Amino acid sequence: MTTTKTAKMGTKRSRVIKQLKNDWILYALLLPVVAWYIIFCYLPMAGVTLAFKDFSFRDGLWGSPWIGFKNFIDMFQDRLFIRATVNTIIFSLGRIAFQTPCAILLAVALNEMRFRRSKKVIQTIVTFPHFISWVVLSGMLINLFGSTGMINQILGTIGLDPITPITSSSQFRAFIWLSGIWKEAGWDSIIYLAAITSIDEGLYEAAEVDGANRMQRIWHITLPGIRSTICIMLILAVGSILTNGGFDQIYNLYSAPVYDVADTLDTYVFRESFITGGLDYGYTTAIGFFKSFIGVIMIVICNKIVTKAGENGLF
Amino acid sequence: MVMKEKTLKKTRFSKASVFDVVLLVILGLLALITLYPFYQVLIISVSNTVSYAQHPLYLLPYEFDTLGYRTIFHDKAFFTSLGVTLFVTIVGTALNMILSVAGAYALSRKTLIGRNVILGLIVFTMLFNGGVIPTYLVIMDLGLVNNIWVMVLPSAISTYYLIIMKNYFVSLPSSLLEAAKLDGANEVTILWRIIIPISMPFIATFFLFYAVERWNEWYQAYLYINKTEIQPLQIYLRNVLINMSNNLSQIAKQMMQSHTQKVNSQAIQMATIVVTTVPILCVYPFVQKHFVKGIMVGGIKE
Repeated sequence: MTTTKTAKMGTKRSRVIKQLKNDWILYALLLPVVAWYIIFCYLPMAGVTLAFKDFSFRDGLWGSPWIGFKNFIDMFQDRLFIRATVNTIIFSLGRIAFQTPCAILLAVALNEMRFRRSKKVIQTIVTFPHFISWVVLSGMLINLFGSTGMINQILGTIGLDPITPITSSSQFRAFIWLSGIWKEAGWDSIIYLAAITSIDEGLYEAAEVDGANRMQRIWHITLPGIRSTICIMLILAVGSILTNGGFDQIYNLYSAPVYDVADTLDTYVFRESFITGGLDYGYTTAIGFFKSFIGVIMIVICNKIVTKAGENGLF
Repeated sequence: MVMKEKTLKKTRFSKASVFDVVLLVILGLLALITLYPFYQVLIISVSNTVSYAQHPLYLLPYEFDTLGYRTIFHDKAFFTSLGVTLFVTIVGTALNMILSVAGAYALSRKTLIGRNVILGLIVFTMLFNGGVIPTYLVIMDLGLVNNIWVMVLPSAISTYYLIIMKNYFVSLPSSLLEAAKLDGANEVTILWRIIIPISMPFIATFFLFYAVERWNEWYQAYLYINKTEIQPLQIYLRNVLINMSNNLSQIAKQMMQSHTQKVNSQAIQMATIVVTTVPILCVYPFVQKHFVKGIMVGGIKE
């Protein structure tokens, strides 16, 4: 009994060793990737301990003394931190509420296009801005929407008041959302388009036979057909409510007059750490940690809810 | 599929309904709205206007003039930053592709021992990260501050792309591998001779994604680099947009001054935008058609 067991274990072990030997080239291919993840992801992750330390450049990331939760206690008394948190959430919610439906609508509309050629051209065009950096786009937008920009020229000509979306607090958020849609809707729509193309063609034919019109087909076949994709995208979006701050976009467009409505956790941490140098690194690390930590919890919760509701989750 | 083609052809000629036309008009307008800002930049960049307010530009340039471009092309700093960006794009994208393809291929092999642990740890980095400050300190410790490699190494892998590529390799028929193995080919040969050639359109898509990201790189440079000799194009542009006079070299400044009556800073700014955007515009249409396919295949869950 025991002998056969050890023999079995022995063969199992030798099989494992044989497998490892067989796959050594694959491990060699993987090695630089693993090394990269350790150096550029897991070392900084270990550095998150800085959130519980009193940072000084002399002692560095690993040697600074521990101070427990002081940074976190300070955080919740920091008015600017609260403001940044609220702004981050508002920007994210707006993005979910406006940008996602636009992308879905665009995908459905493109899918309904019967003119093949125009469809291709239009899709090529609307996806393009995704590939341009916010540095470039902010330059364009500031030019277009500035006080002497084209938009205000036109408004002036037809006798309307000028708009100042980049410098006035009341218009800045809407401007961020709209420019975000303008840049990303085409790109975001690709994933929904891909989902639509995998819907069974027979459903549409059956619906046509039953006399369903285009709108009914969209409502009863297309949209339900991409429901699980929508769910997954929503989990990701809700889960990254604090983490996806749209840093590039906001940082390149905002300015002091709109900080009240524009400053997000990302821009706050960045500005206070590197530009004004007003805040201590331990403290800003704590903010980053808070953000990431909430992000993980949110994703897990969203995923639970979605799987409970009978949809495919992320994991 | 044949059926679909047939119905589409039929409807195309017989009943292009009002619905279709309205849809075409709406989507066409969206495309125009997407394109117009770029066009606007282009016409300002070749216009000779003292003040934009006096001569609003809508459709055609006002007094065609290439002085904006000539000014940039006389600026040594522009070429320095162009060189930096070319280096970052070429070396960075090459590294991106080598690491991603090799890693994705290895991870696509389900028999690989330890595969799930490694995959789990990789996916976890998408959910949780150290944050800006610890990353900054680690990169400082590595001696990458004010080092051109800071624009290449920390962004050498995009986890998202790696996972999509892995999913794609998993979706390839396993018979391919088995046949090659029977012939005695080793993994590198299989990857190089079989997998990569049949995956070319897919790989080209990710090549473009990575290349565009490296070309657009500004964040790492903004954070870690303050030497002008190793500033990439995006930072040069950012400086031109924010504060022109600080960035343009002496020659360019003189040139500007001699033409103050003619050229406005806007033309230079817009010309810089055009120059930074054109390379993307050139490669984009060729790879665009593969996007949907690539994302669709890559999105399939195991």
